[in-house]
Amino acid sequence: MTLDYSVIVKNWPFLMLGLQETLRISSLAVTMGFCIGSLVALARLSRFNLLKIISSAYIEFIRGTPLLVQLFILYYGLPQLGIDLDRRAAAAIGLSINSGAYVAEIVRAGIQSIDRGQMEAARSLGMSGTMAMIHVIMPQALRRVIPPLVNELIMLIKDSSLLSVIALTELMRAGEHIRTRTYQDFEIFTTIALIYFVITYALSKILGYLERRLQVSD
Amino acid sequence: MIKVRNLHKSFGKLEVLCGIDTEISKGEVVVIIGASGSGKSTFLRCLNLLEIPQKGQIIMDGVNICEPGVNLNHIRQNVGMVFQHFNLFPHKTALQNISLAPLKVKNIPPQEARNLALSQLEKVGLLEKANAYPRHLSGGQQQRVAIARALAMQPKVMLFDEPTSALDPEMIKEVLNVMKQMARDGMTMVVVSHEMGFAREAADRVIYLEGGIIAEEGPPEQVFFHPQAARTKEFLSQIL
Repeated sequence: MTLDYSVIVKNWPFLMLGLQETLRISSLAVTMGFCIGSLVALARLSRFNLLKIISSAYIEFIRGTPLLVQLFILYYGLPQLGIDLDRRAAAAIGLSINSGAYVAEIVRAGIQSIDRGQMEAARSLGMSGTMAMIHVIMPQALRRVIPPLVNELIMLIKDSSLLSVIALTELMRAGEHIRTRTYQDFEIFTTIALIYFVITYALSKILGYLERRLQVSD
Repeated sequence: MIKVRNLHKSFGKLEVLCGIDTEISKGEVVVIIGASGSGKSTFLRCLNLLEIPQKGQIIMDGVNICEPGVNLNHIRQNVGMVFQHFNLFPHKTALQNISLAPLKVKNIPPQEARNLALSQLEKVGLLEKANAYPRHLSGGQQQRVAIARALAMQPKVMLFDEPTSALDPEMIKEVLNVMKQMARDGMTMVVVSHEMGFAREAADRVIYLEGGIIAEEGPPEQVFFHPQAARTKEFLSQIL
């Protein structure tokens, strides 16, 4: 049994198409997940009970069920109710909603870690609660939670491989396509693992650098 | 200018203020002393409604600010506050700390807000630190920036909550000097502090709080050196 990596060279353009899809969906989901997460965190900390209940329920339910199951509900389940999402929409929505729940908890912890005196100082200057949140609390909270957010970003990129089950041709599924033709599983999946690793490692280095730059200014 | 009538505040079962009555007139400097737990900070924080009293009235320029439905943000614009731990915004420079509220709350144009901030910094002697972040400033400098930040909103009254008790001894003087200058400039000030020197030099009146009520009040010389109440004497013997 010998390994023959020429299969990778031959299928490289196809793998890159898959990678493109992975990156496209991941960046969309990261952005949406971040927005959802920030809003849900604020809802969870608000003084309105209904918002608190809804946001806690969302967080608990999403964190307590597997992403794979959530994707199946979105893509295979919803059509029964007449909601037909195309696979890319189902993928983006599924990942965003999933990531949003984790981001919400990260952001909430960040907001709660800011000294109470910051809010008091802002309010004592006549700022409304919302204004204080936007200009004083959130900028500090977000800076503080960059490391766990980067962690979440990396998790999300890796989790996007699950999208292969709803027939989205991202990196993982591209690999599966090549495998059904060549049966060279080892070469294909070690290469794919390496590609995921290069992407996530590069991201963690770049974001780590940006984080240090930000820290200089405060 | 400020009339306080029968002010009550409790946290759960703990009654902290048990009926405060006093009046603070325009340009007056009032120093509040008292043991920890006597309610002096709580009283101060009621004056800008960081704590909402359960009973009683605070009448500021003829308006009872304890009425439900008053605009808290509007009232607080007229009441500056300086905190024990400065509470500067660490992600903003000294200049940005000062200009933020004028920019966002009063919607002053950016250039004007900048000039306003610079002039306030000059007043507290920190013009050269305009672009420094709080963590690069000493405690005394941070507190002076915090004073400038409060002053930039052009408040009618300034509240000081133990402004020098988190400072190293050598920095207390620079902060007190700024406060004395404000007093000379005619600012109405309510100061929770045990700085006797400041009280004697700048205060018009000293209030001694104990158990959530005013146990004694009067001119600084009288309260400090000829206290009428026995418990004032006892307290003073502990801090002097």
